[in-house]
Amino acid sequence: MRASVATFGALMWSGFRRYATYRQATVAGSFTNIVFGFLRCYVLLAVAAGAAGGVAGGYDARQLATFVWVGQGLLNVVGLWGWNDLAERIRTGDIAADLLRPVPPVTAYLAADLGRAGYQTLTRFVPPVIVGALAFPLVAPSRWQTVPLFAASVLLAVVGCYGCRYLVNATAYWLGDARGPLMFWTLSSGVLAGLYFPLRLLPEWLTVTLWVATPIPGLLQTPLDVLVERDGPALQAGLVGLQAVWAVIMVALAGVVQRRAERKLVVQGG
Amino acid sequence: MADLKPYAALIGGRFRSATTYRASFAVELLTNAGATAVDVSTIFVLFHAAKVVGGFTLGEALLMTGLTASGFVLADLTVGNIDQLKTYVRMGTLDSVLVRPLGILPQLVIADLPLRKLMRFVVGLAVLVVAVASNDIAWTAGNVVLLIVAPLAGAVFFGSIFVLSASLAFWWVDSGEVGAAFTYGGRDFTSYPITVYGTWFRAIFAYGLGFGFVSYHPALTLLGRADPLGLPAWAGYLSPLVALAAAGIAGFVWRIGVRHYRSTGS
Repeated sequence: MRASVATFGALMWSGFRRYATYRQATVAGSFTNIVFGFLRCYVLLAVAAGAAGGVAGGYDARQLATFVWVGQGLLNVVGLWGWNDLAERIRTGDIAADLLRPVPPVTAYLAADLGRAGYQTLTRFVPPVIVGALAFPLVAPSRWQTVPLFAASVLLAVVGCYGCRYLVNATAYWLGDARGPLMFWTLSSGVLAGLYFPLRLLPEWLTVTLWVATPIPGLLQTPLDVLVERDGPALQAGLVGLQAVWAVIMVALAGVVQRRAERKLVVQGG
Repeated sequence: MADLKPYAALIGGRFRSATTYRASFAVELLTNAGATAVDVSTIFVLFHAAKVVGGFTLGEALLMTGLTASGFVLADLTVGNIDQLKTYVRMGTLDSVLVRPLGILPQLVIADLPLRKLMRFVVGLAVLVVAVASNDIAWTAGNVVLLIVAPLAGAVFFGSIFVLSASLAFWWVDSGEVGAAFTYGGRDFTSYPITVYGTWFRAIFAYGLGFGFVSYHPALTLLGRADPLGLPAWAGYLSPLVALAAAGIAGFVWRIGVRHYRSTGS
């Protein structure tokens, strides 16, 4: 038990260090997050200004600005986009080396991903939030439980997103190449996670269906709604609970898919 | 015509590699059509929440979105894959492109055959057609010409932005997604009336970088609407000039970049 905790920690640390080496990319990525923050924030503020009572989808202007800027910060912490390590290792056959290791791939990649998320919390989360706070009035949480609930929600978003990405990458076991599914993921996760606009702008039945039937709103919309206190405390706790259920389902599913794949895997190449 | 033969061979090779993983390619085709559809449905969602955004109605804004969508897609279809340049520079694979006796830019442009983006073009054009139909446009000769020229000028402009953004990699290999702030960011910027943006932000994007002439000003001219920001009515006709200026700058920076390139040696 102690040994496996130590291994998990070491893998996390390696994930942290791997991303810490791309320092220029961190600066470049933050710049882009900030530009998109301005674009989305201005558009949503114009929508709120044109909506009855200055409230759109149940958010006032300050809540919308906070939603956008913290969303830009969380985008890379959650790691919605750009992870194709597993698909590439399957395509090139390098995955065979991973299978020889004592730690199952789903666990090993999860540890590395948590390390990555830790590094990006320190580097990618803060810059857009600071710029957003300087350029627009944001809201600060008013309830004591909001901050711990937000932290838990972010962690669940990271784990849930990892499960989703693992499954998308794992299609390479059957398709040979996961480019198509990865593109499909990039497109659908952006819009369904609430990155382009808060899902609460959609008709209520649609928002509820997305929340209950898919894990994707749990990757961004839930933590952001918790932070801007869009709902009462009970509903917020419920949303985080739902997020936890989906995170567990996605990671468990990743494990099942991985085991199925290993049974049929034919490694290509020499 | 014999000069085009090597390019045809390259295209043939890319076509085979793109379609090797058939199921994955089919998903890519569909997703690409969906990408433009998502951008456009975002407009509908936002205008569902507010009838007027930045002083414009859904129909008027849709004309800007339509001009942007068709222009951007045309650029993305032809030179969009140039944003892979940073990968080629980092991996050293650009060397194999430089040693061939063919144009560098055309080789890179077809390096990743954008067949999968064809569907996107159909959707982009459809949005423009719907937008034109849903507005009351006076069909003067000037407006007909503008309606044809504006998407083409938009394509040249976005194509220049793609080349400029990609050129960053010659100096800054680890430029990450900085280019996306101006290519995809520019597309998002021009999808909405520029009246929604804050003053200094609008000044930089719309007039400093020229994005205001991709769709906002041509759309105002087509609609016969005065610019709330005060530019004269003929500003819409500036769009091809702005596009040509952008293309000139992009070509210049690209050539300096190629000369500046030092192989990684790998």
